[in-house]
Amino acid sequence: MATTNQTSLYGLMAEFDDPAAVVSATRRAYAAGYRCMDAYSPYPIEELHHALGIHGNRLPLVVLIGGIVGGLGGYLLEYWISAIAYPLDVGGRPLHSWPAFIPVAFETTILLAALSAVVGMIAANGLPMPYHPVFNVPEFERASRDGFFLCIEATDPKFDVHETRRFLESLNPREVADVEP
Amino acid sequence: MANGTVVDALDTAVIAPGHTLGSVTDAISGHVLRRRAPLGWWIGFGIAFMLLMGMLTTITYLLAVGVGIWGINIPVGWGFDIVNFVWWIGIGHAGTLISAILLLFRQNWRTSINRFAEAMTLFAVACAGLFPLFHMGRPWLAYWMFPYPNTMNVWPQFRSPLIWDVFAVSTYGTVSLLFWYTGLIPDLATLRDRATAWLPRRIYGIFALGWRGSARHWSRYETAYLLLAGLSTPLVVSVHTVVSFDFAISIVPGWHTTIFPPYFVAGAIYSGFAMVLTLAIPLRAAYGFEDFITKVHLRNMARVMLATGLVVAYGYMTEIFMGWYSATTYEKYTVLNRMTGPYAPLFWALILTNVVIPQALWFRRVQESVLPLFVIALIVNTGMWLERFVIIVTSLHRDFLPSSWGRYLPTVWDWGMFLGTIGLFLTLFFVFIRVLPAIAMFEMRTLVTPRHGDN
Repeated sequence: MATTNQTSLYGLMAEFDDPAAVVSATRRAYAAGYRCMDAYSPYPIEELHHALGIHGNRLPLVVLIGGIVGGLGGYLLEYWISAIAYPLDVGGRPLHSWPAFIPVAFETTILLAALSAVVGMIAANGLPMPYHPVFNVPEFERASRDGFFLCIEATDPKFDVHETRRFLESLNPREVADVEP
Repeated sequence: MANGTVVDALDTAVIAPGHTLGSVTDAISGHVLRRRAPLGWWIGFGIAFMLLMGMLTTITYLLAVGVGIWGINIPVGWGFDIVNFVWWIGIGHAGTLISAILLLFRQNWRTSINRFAEAMTLFAVACAGLFPLFHMGRPWLAYWMFPYPNTMNVWPQFRSPLIWDVFAVSTYGTVSLLFWYTGLIPDLATLRDRATAWLPRRIYGIFALGWRGSARHWSRYETAYLLLAGLSTPLVVSVHTVVSFDFAISIVPGWHTTIFPPYFVAGAIYSGFAMVLTLAIPLRAAYGFEDFITKVHLRNMARVMLATGLVVAYGYMTEIFMGWYSATTYEKYTVLNRMTGPYAPLFWALILTNVVIPQALWFRRVQESVLPLFVIALIVNTGMWLERFVIIVTSLHRDFLPSSWGRYLPTVWDWGMFLGTIGLFLTLFFVFIRVLPAIAMFEMRTLVTPRHGDN
């Protein structure tokens, strides 16, 4: 029912007063079978993404790869420069003087790992995103202050404007709002 | 409202009781979003900006004439430039310590001081970087130090600690910026949502990247933040270690010693915490941040200073012991020359400011009282500057051959550059507290509410 409504809205958003309420609401929405949804809070709440069914992410792997590439890349660059491209014999010391190459290889490891952490986090989060429908809800500006929100998106197979609204209202929110696309 | 937890006694609180999510946000963002800056801000900014203009004058003259306007000459080729470089870079280290190491150790009192301490790091690194840059004499060729294919067919010498330094300091600056910006993203979103004027809203909006506080985003965000902390921790230790290698890898008496890396790192944290206190105490008073920067913070910072100060004192004793134990004429003479030579007053001033006076921090009453703490912090800042001066100048001015001994006296241009960087540092800091929240708002919110989901 109400297939027309499904295309006209991004989703339905419920606002809650405190973190415990949004966490339990999210758990109940997950238990009710909703999957395409997201919760919004002014600070990180670990239980909230667990309630959404998210357990861990692949960022550590990205950072590990960044670090390995940085370390190996830095070291090989030093080796290639000092032993192959520009060999300088200083007092007969070995051209491949590995102990002296450690500090720079260490710094490049950290540099690339840190860049992967930040760039990876921003990219995986789909940022920068100049426009997002949730900002169409006027109350949503409180999400960066003291508001807690749960948005069930219209793309969810179980989404139905009236049914979902009734469900959200049963969770004892402050308000349920339509999210314009 | 999500109400504040019942915080224990006021004495152990890292945030005063009675605060809510909204009140914390308003108290911190209010200083940024108000239309007019208070008069005190303008006075402070004005003085800092004048010093900064003095620095530009100095640099202009320096570029026109050359490093000959400084007091450096052979045998003392490293004067104020390297003294100030090490001093500034050391100051930066406390910011990273607070934001990274204390995060890993779950010290939640770091929350209200980490933002401006990280800003302090960034600005201190910027000041530090200027000195080696201009000491090169031809700063416009600074990019020669980076490995890039060029028509001259030359490459950097990776066996040189000075090249390690380039990589260490540039990595440190970059990672500090990343860490600071990552921490700022959710707060920029708050400012975007709370700013009423059109332009600030746009500007904060652009830098907030469209952050919306999604739980999925927070999950990755927290992972990234924790990983950055884990990466910054070895980084901060490596940076001052590499700085100490600039000295320790050489064979100059007084420099060629293995105590340098740990003793430099401890000294860096010592001076850095002194600078955090120097900034935090006036900021707390001027902005009414007593609720967020409580006695607990002052006491903890005082204790960190005391502990690192003792490590530094141990370093001095080791230097003296090793001078004797080395059985080398030159090492022995360097120690004696420091204590009795032409720069002896500076050495004894250093012992007084870095070792003797900070012992007052053993007393809890001193740890908790604002004014004595501020004075001690200033004294330690001075002491750590004297330490670098003594290490650098006394080792160089009389080394192996008495025929090539000399003296070093800074000129007015040396002082101009030094005071100028203090101006740069303070100017950046004043701009920072005007346009960005000096305390991390989203992290303060986690202190207000019990972290949770639990019933």
